[in-house]
Parts: sequence; structure tokens; C-alpha cells
Amino acid sequence: MGFALSVTLGLAGLFAIAWMARAGARATLSGPAGAIAQDIPLTAAFGVLVILIYAAVAIAAPVLAPFPEREIVGGQFQAWSAAHPLGTDRIGRDMLSRLIFGARNTVGIAFVTTALAFVVGAVLGLWAALVGGWIDQGLSRFVDALMAIPALIFSLLLLTIFGTSVLTLILVIAAVDATRVFRLARAVAQGIVVMDYIEAARLRGEGSWFLIRREILPNAMAPLVAEFGLRFCFVFLSISSLSFLGLGIQPPTADWGSMVKDNATLITFGDVTPLLPAGCIALLTVAVNFVVDWQLHRASGLKEQA
Amino acid sequence: MTEFTTTGQGFAPLSRRGVLKGAAAVGAAGLILPHTTRSAQAQTRGGTFRIGIGHGSTTDTLDPGLWDQLYVQTFAAARHNYLIEVGSDGQLHPEIAESWSSSDGVTWVFPIRQGVSFHSGKTLTPDDVVASINHHRGDDTTSVIKPLLAAITDVRVDGNNVVVTLEAPNADLPYLMTDYHIPIMPSMGGKIDVNSTDGCGGYIVESFEHGVQATLNRNPNYWKSDRAWFDRIELVSILDAAARLNALITGEVNLIDQVDPATIGMLESRGVARILSIPGNAHYGFPMDSRAAPYSDNNIRLALKYAIDRQAMVDVILGGHGAVANDNPIGPANRYFHAEMEAKTYDPDKARYYLQQAGLSSLDVTISVADAAFSGAVDAGAMFSETARAAGINMTVDRVPNDGYWDNVWLNPNGNSPFCATYWGGRAVEDHMFTTAYAAGGAWNESFWDNARFNELLVAARSEINEDRRREMYQEMQQLVSFEGSTIIPMYNNYVMAVSNGVATPDRISANWNFDGFRCVERWWMA
Amino acid sequence: MDGVTDERPPVRDRTGGPLSGHAEDGTLSNVMRMILARIALGIGLLLIVSLVIFWATELLPGDLATQLLGQSATPETVAALRNQLGLNEPAPLRYWNWLTAALTGDFGVSLANGRPISDLIAARLGNTVFLALYAAALSVPISLILGILAALWRNSIFDRAANAGALTAISFPEFFVAYILVLWLAQTGIFPSMVRINPTTDFGDRLYMTFLPALTLMLVVTAHMMRMTRAAIINLLASPYIEMARLKGMSPLRIVLRHALPNALAPIINVIALNLAYLITGVVVVEVVFVYPGLGQLMVDAVSNRDIAVVQAVALIFAAAYVALNLIADVLSTITNPRLMHRR
Repeated sequence: MGFALSVTLGLAGLFAIAWMARAGARATLSGPAGAIAQDIPLTAAFGVLVILIYAAVAIAAPVLAPFPEREIVGGQFQAWSAAHPLGTDRIGRDMLSRLIFGARNTVGIAFVTTALAFVVGAVLGLWAALVGGWIDQGLSRFVDALMAIPALIFSLLLLTIFGTSVLTLILVIAAVDATRVFRLARAVAQGIVVMDYIEAARLRGEGSWFLIRREILPNAMAPLVAEFGLRFCFVFLSISSLSFLGLGIQPPTADWGSMVKDNATLITFGDVTPLLPAGCIALLTVAVNFVVDWQLHRASGLKEQA
Repeated sequence: MTEFTTTGQGFAPLSRRGVLKGAAAVGAAGLILPHTTRSAQAQTRGGTFRIGIGHGSTTDTLDPGLWDQLYVQTFAAARHNYLIEVGSDGQLHPEIAESWSSSDGVTWVFPIRQGVSFHSGKTLTPDDVVASINHHRGDDTTSVIKPLLAAITDVRVDGNNVVVTLEAPNADLPYLMTDYHIPIMPSMGGKIDVNSTDGCGGYIVESFEHGVQATLNRNPNYWKSDRAWFDRIELVSILDAAARLNALITGEVNLIDQVDPATIGMLESRGVARILSIPGNAHYGFPMDSRAAPYSDNNIRLALKYAIDRQAMVDVILGGHGAVANDNPIGPANRYFHAEMEAKTYDPDKARYYLQQAGLSSLDVTISVADAAFSGAVDAGAMFSETARAAGINMTVDRVPNDGYWDNVWLNPNGNSPFCATYWGGRAVEDHMFTTAYAAGGAWNESFWDNARFNELLVAARSEINEDRRREMYQEMQQLVSFEGSTIIPMYNNYVMAVSNGVATPDRISANWNFDGFRCVERWWMA
Repeated sequence: MDGVTDERPPVRDRTGGPLSGHAEDGTLSNVMRMILARIALGIGLLLIVSLVIFWATELLPGDLATQLLGQSATPETVAALRNQLGLNEPAPLRYWNWLTAALTGDFGVSLANGRPISDLIAARLGNTVFLALYAAALSVPISLILGILAALWRNSIFDRAANAGALTAISFPEFFVAYILVLWLAQTGIFPSMVRINPTTDFGDRLYMTFLPALTLMLVVTAHMMRMTRAAIINLLASPYIEMARLKGMSPLRIVLRHALPNALAPIINVIALNLAYLITGVVVVEVVFVYPGLGQLMVDAVSNRDIAVVQAVALIFAAAYVALNLIADVLSTITNPRLMHRR
């Protein structure tokens, strides 16, 4: 049970550090930052800490990784040792280094994909809600049609047509995700565009872009942020599922989703190797959503009774 | 029946993998030769033999001219017989043809076995044989083996015989008649019914759900008394490698193909199944379009041939279940295999030398790979790229979609994939392999290689009767392909299958195709 | 505040949002009118889907003939096979022929193996629906109960643990969850590792054999529905009428069940519909792992073989399921929400 134990201890350690960091922040910070430190629950502090660690690892990957991302440094599936703390992968590359570079690639790809999906989806969605009429109807019906096609199969189709470079992967997943974001943004904005202050702004003669940027977006931010947190994490899953169906990231790029798939058969024999990248994804997902939950809770205005 | 222990409470401790890797090494050492235990057992009748196969699709067809993968091949072997059978010993044995003969290599006579009947009750006649062969001939045939039978000018019935006439002498025609695409099926007005499962083989089809499963029961009237031991056969299509392993471990199936090399050691240590690792002529390769720069220069081709670590590929991609190949599509199981050729090993300096010969100090190439070419092709590409880097060759690995690989990437149809991955099942006869993929103008000459001396030898060897001279010719051809050819062939892959301890296998297992030449269904039995 | 976030709580949506928002107006006859309008809209949508799918499949490299012949294709045999399969006609004409036949209910035959598509699909559609309902029957009650408890004991250890557990479950790829379940529950001999059913398998055996795929899917969709339930209820807890009930001294459980839940039903029903749609249309990976003959696998097979008639038929079933479930969800949320029923 060594693995389960080390995971439990690791998580407990992270919580402890988060608790100490929060205590330190409460004692030292004042003003708005201090208020946040007072307000933040332990889970969100944990989430922030994990996100910071991931960001640091992603940025410092070449410094932190003991070996280059692509170099074959040993035999296939070597055991954990001092030289290779997490062993080696299927073709003898250092697992730890792959995980570290995976943070950079995976988080980078997921971030770009999600950002793209949100920019396109949210802008179109808010715009459609604002202008209404034929543009709204046309866009909405088209998006409905795309959403009625199963996302995974649709991505599979598009990637087969356009090839599997990292760029197309990002564009295809972003396009599929953007339909979902469009729906959400439009639904949220429909509740906002009927408000008096929008009407007032219109009467002032403000253009659509100004309205979207200055009036609607700030008021639609909360649900969009929440959606962003989740969509971001699910890009990993999309890549992993596509990899399962035979399409994936270009070698020798390290990516957690593909790494789960590459090593997945080992789990059949109780080997923990595929759990490592899967665990990296899970930890980030939980961390991001703890932070998102905290933000939503603040936005909802619900005050906890004692 | 499944009395293994399991790690039900969680994941195994860290040290476990080290132990398993050790077991894998020990296991692999004992597996190079065909399986030879359990020989003393007598065959027994009965039982249900369930096979989990990593192929199969809802679009699988019953048309023999379109068969292409292990699922339909094994399904065919269970219900059909062929004119001639390739035995476990690699020799030809009569099946529906009682014998074969030719005085000149042009006209071949096949006396047809009497007293064989189809599952429908119809008696097999020479007409059925003619219709079965003619399905693959003619202008409007859609059969994939049309080019293979193109040299046949006439097939006719002569009493109890079938007579095949060729346009030129070919000593290997009987080998062609063993091709899995040519089962003997009942003739209906001179044609076979491509939607029928009727055959004269050891098992009668009970049900077939495309891409899911087929069930067959023993043919009570089967003409062979020493074959088809099982009462029932079930063929299940299990595409996912882990699902196949699980099905075997939990006893859902008795036999699986394509065992993931990384898990072979762990599977063996479970003690529920054994690995059969059968060396054959099948090989994995990387063809280069010899018409396109820079591959048109043989120095570049040689540089790449010395920049690949063949042994590492065998160890990693095949998990040791295979052998190093020397860019030679003719394997050790072939009659005229050239074993004394100078072996190419991984040698970055030599690779650099050939680069310099080509007037280059470094080289940029892109290799297009997909696991559709062969299992592990993407990993093999990544490994090749790493070893080539040490020789000053900057190789970019382009992972292309599995879907459409043979159509869109292989054979460089769009001019953007001159260097890719390929797989050949190997051929029982040298001529068959060379004609198919190395002769100038051949439809599947994947490297577009055109070597005058080779082409000349190929034609001459077909009608050469002197065995020694024929051997010499084939060996010279192998030398040419290896050192001047445009296909890098780093490894021969064994057929690796895992069979549960409940099933017994004969002493010798055929190296001609997977699953004992697809004949596991009729040659194996319950232990 | 509840105008925005209670309709769209911040949860993941694997299949996308509802087809459109709530019905705009009240009374039952208006509901009928909405249903009719939406059905008309749905039909138009199916038409767009069929066009998009046809066009995308046409763009794929190769066609059925080259796919069937595979590595062994020669120009001659490809030409012969194309001719035999009728692939030589121009694409718009083939689409038109397909469309006119489909409108009369004739989906044609699979070009690859000549079997009628209705046969090919019938058994698999049954399997797909069975698995979806099975997974829903497991996951809907569990996620509702967990969601209500998490809202009731919000920010407690239970809430955090249920949340983290659910998030962990959805952040593992489906095939990986399946492998772990097989390791624990199939290799120990409790459940079969693959599904072997046929039309004559009786109901009890069917439930037993498909338990692992259903459980895998349950783990995949529960988090979504649970988080939605929790978020929808918590959103309402800030409302004045809940405050009122609380001041009257009602127990927290009673407040949640009697006052918050009925008003939170609309978004909850929507998310259940979305997940049902996902369970029908999006489970190809689970089908592959458990060797379960469902529609997802059929569609992927048909796409990779360019068997366009089969692709179209399955895509239409998926799209119709999506449209129908969203419609049902909208009708139900209109009926269950008095404010929507009687608005103006």
C-alpha cells in the first residue's frame, strides 16, 4: 500500500502548507488582499497552492526535469530508482521528466484551447443575445445542429479531415467547445440585455462592441468563469479519449492525456504507472474547481449562517 | 477455473513492477522457439473454444475477395476448406485437391477430392472449385488478389480434375492456391454466393453478428476425422488491448491475439495462460519513395539504414518477440533465406559517412507514422528519430490518423509522405513477396524501387528448375534489396498470442500466418 | 440574482446546453404550441445535421471502395468496386437520393455488407437505450441524494469530500475508470469483464452483465448532476422566502426538500436530460472497453469505413435523441415551475 500511503501523505502535506500559507497571509496582509485571505476557505487555499505549483513546474520545466523530454535514457518500463525516480516509459524515456514537461504542454494546450473557445463562443453568444433577430436565430440553430452531433465523434471526423498537428487539435477541440460556450453565454446574456442599464446605454448610442465589453460581460462573468474552470480541465480528457480512438498528440511531445492511454494496459495488472498522469489531471481538476466554487460562492452572495 | 489471486484492495506496491520485469526477462528467453510442451497428450473432442480477436468491424463482409484481417481469416478457416493447406511444417498438404502436378509449370492439374459435401448438403464438385477461383479473376472482379492471379489464363473442369493454365511457367502456383482469399465455396450457376456462409469446413455457422461475434458448431459430416476437435467455436471481436487481456484473465475467452508486449511478462506471471510466440516472415518496415529526393540517393538510404537501432526496436516494440531484420523482406522461415548477408547494426559513424558520401553534413527528414501501419509504429518512429539524431539526421515524426492510413499516406499518393511505415504479413514463397512489393511497376511497390538487375533475376528465377541456381538467384536479389533497396526493414515480428491453460496446442505451430495459420480452430483441442 | 445562475449553474456539461431556454410563456395550450414549434424546429435541425455529416464524410480521405480494399487496393479493383457500390455518382445526387429515400422511412442498406440498415441498427439501438437507462437509474438517484445532502451540509467535510470525489471520478478518462473497475470487480470474479448478451438474454442476466459499463458511466455522469443539484439548491437558499421559512424555525432538511428543491427542479431536469443524451450518444469508449454492441461503436466503424448511409442513420438517431430529450426537459421544467407556467 506504499503508493496509496504516499499519495495520502502528499495530499495531507499540501493541505498543511496551504493552511500555513493562509495563516501567514492573514497575519501579514491587510487591505483587499487581507480580506481575501480572511475569506478564503482551506479548500480554495489548497486549490490556489496547487495551481501555483503547476504553473511553476510548467514554467521551470527545463530546469526541473532531470532529462530532456524526448531522450531515450534507459530500457522499457524500468523500475523506480534513484536515477529515474518514477521509472521509464514504454520506449525508455524518463517518466518524471515526461510528467514535468507534460505539465507545460498539457496545461499550455488546454489553456490556449479553452481561451480560444471562450473568446469565440462568448463573443458570438453575447452578440447574438444582444442583436437578436435573424442573426441570433441563424447562429443558434447552427450551433444546435453542431451540438446534436456527439462531440467525440465530431472531433474524430474533423481531425481525420484536417490532420493531427497540435494546432489542428487545438482548433478542433476549441471549435467543439465553443458551441457549448456560445449556448451558455447567450442564455446568460439574454437575462442581462433586458435590463434597464443596457437600454440606457443603447439610448446613449453605444455600439455593440462597447455594450458587450463594458456592460454585459462584467455581469455575465461568474458563470463564464465557472465554465472556464471545468472546460479547461476537460481538454485533457478529450485528448485522452481521442488518443484512445487512435488520434492523439504528435510525438515526442509529452501530454498527460496521451500518457494515460499509452500506459493504460498496465493497470490491468495493478501497476501504478498510468495512475501518475491521471493523478496529475485529477489533482488539477479538483484544485481548479475548488477555486471556482469559492469564487461562485462569493458571487452568489449567500452568507453562511453560523 | 480461475484460481489466481488478485490485488482487490488497491494497487500493488512499488516494488512489484521490478519483480514483474524480472519475470518478463526470464519468460522471454524461453520463448524464442515455437511452443513444444504438452506434446504427449492425445487430442480430445469437445468443449467450446472462444477466441478474442483484436479486429472486426460492423462492415466486415463475407465476400472472400475483400477479406483483410484476422477476424474474417479465422472465421473463414473455421467454416471453409481450401484447395491446398500449408501444414505446421511449412510444407504443402492436400486438402480439397488430392494432389497437384505439372509437366511444364504452365498447365497445372488438381484432382478434386471425392465425397466431400458442403454444410448445405450439396456435394462438392470441380465446378465449385472453378467458380471459387474465378471469383478473383476477370475484368469486373473486386477481389484484392486479382493481381496475384493475373497470370492465370484459364481455369477449367476436366472430369474429376481442375486444370489451371498460366501465361508463363510458375513453379509456385500451388502456393498461391493456399491463399486465404480462395476458399472453396458452392457454385451457383458458375458464381459463388458472396453473402453465404456455406462451406465444407469443420464448423457450421450458427450465427454471425458483424463486428461482434460469430458462433459455429462442429460439422458432424466433416470429411477429416483427425481435425476439428471442439464442439463449438465462438469468435469475439475485442478491439481494445486491455479488454482482450482482461477477457483472457477472467476466462471469458481462451485465446487472444496482439498481446501488448509491455504486459507479456505480467500476464505469464498470472499463471492462467501461456504465450505462444511464433517466428514467421512477417515484418515491419519503413519504405522511402525512391523517386523523391533525398531518398533517390542510395547513400542517403544507407545512412538511414545505419541510423536505426534494430535490436532496441525488437526489444521495445516487440518486447523481444521477434528478430532483427537486415532490410530483407524474405524471412528465416523462407526456403531461400540469405542468412550470411553482412548484418547492419546501429552505427552513427557509418551513417555520417554515407551522409558525407551524399555530400551532406546533416539531413532533415519527416517520417509519417500511425499505429494502423503496425502496432507500435508511432513509438518506433520516436525511437528511430532519437537514434538518428546521434548521426546528424534530424527526423521529425509526423503522427498521422489511423483512419485512412493505407489510403492517404502509404504509397505516397499526395506526395507528402515519401517516408512512412509499413507492415507485411510475409509470404510463403519468395517470388510472391518480391513480385508484390519490390518488382518495378508492381501495384504495391511501396518504395517505387526500380532495379534492372533485380527485375531481370525475378523473372528468370520463376522458371529456373535447378534448385541451387534458383537459391543463388534469390539470394542475390535479397542482397540487392538489402543494400540498394529503398525499404528499411528493422525487424521480423513474431506472431504473439496468449492461450489459456485449458486449451492444448500441437508440438509445432505454423509460422505461416497468425493463429497457427488460422487453423487453431481445427488443429487445437481442450486439454 | 436567481435570474442568471439558477438557470445555468456552473457545472460541466459534456453534451452541451439545452436546445433553447425555457418556454417563454404559460398555460398548457401554450405548452402544446411550444412542443409543436419545437418539433418543427427539430426536424429542420435534423436536416442540417444530415447535411453537415454528409459533407464531413465526403471530405474524409478515401471512400468506401478504398477502405474495403485497404492496403491491397489497385486502381482497377477500386474502380470496379466503386461502380458496383454506386459511388461514381456526384455527391449532391447521392445526398438527394439518400434524403428522398430517408423521408419515406427507407434508410437503405449498408453498402459495406449489404445488410438493411434498419436490421443493423435495431438491436444496437436497444442495447444503447438499455445501457443509458441502466446508468441513469443508478446515477440519477445517487446524484440527487448526494447533491441535496451536499447542499444541506454545505462546506462541511462531507460536502468537500463528495465534491472532490466526484471531480476526481470525472477527471479520469472513461476507459481508465473502466480498467480500474475491471481490475477490482471483474478480475476478482464478481462481475464479467465483458458483456456477452444476445436478444434472448433475460433481464436479470442482462442487468448483471452490463453492471460494470453502467457503473463506469455512473461515475462519469454523477459528478455533473450532483454539482448541478447542489448549486441549484444553494442558489435558492439566499432567497427571501427561504429566509422566511428559516425564521419560522423549519428544519434545514425540510426547507431544502419542501421549499428549495421544487424551485430548483428546472435546472436539475435540464442537466439530467443532457446527461441522458450523453449516455445515448457519447459512450463509444465504454462500448469498446466492454465489447458492448451499441450505436457509438457502429458509428465509429461506419465513419472509418466511409459507409455513409450507416453514418447518416446513426447520426440522425443521435440528433433526434438529443432534440427529444431537450424538448422533454423543457416541457417538464415549464410544467414543474409555477413561475414559468403562469408568467404574465
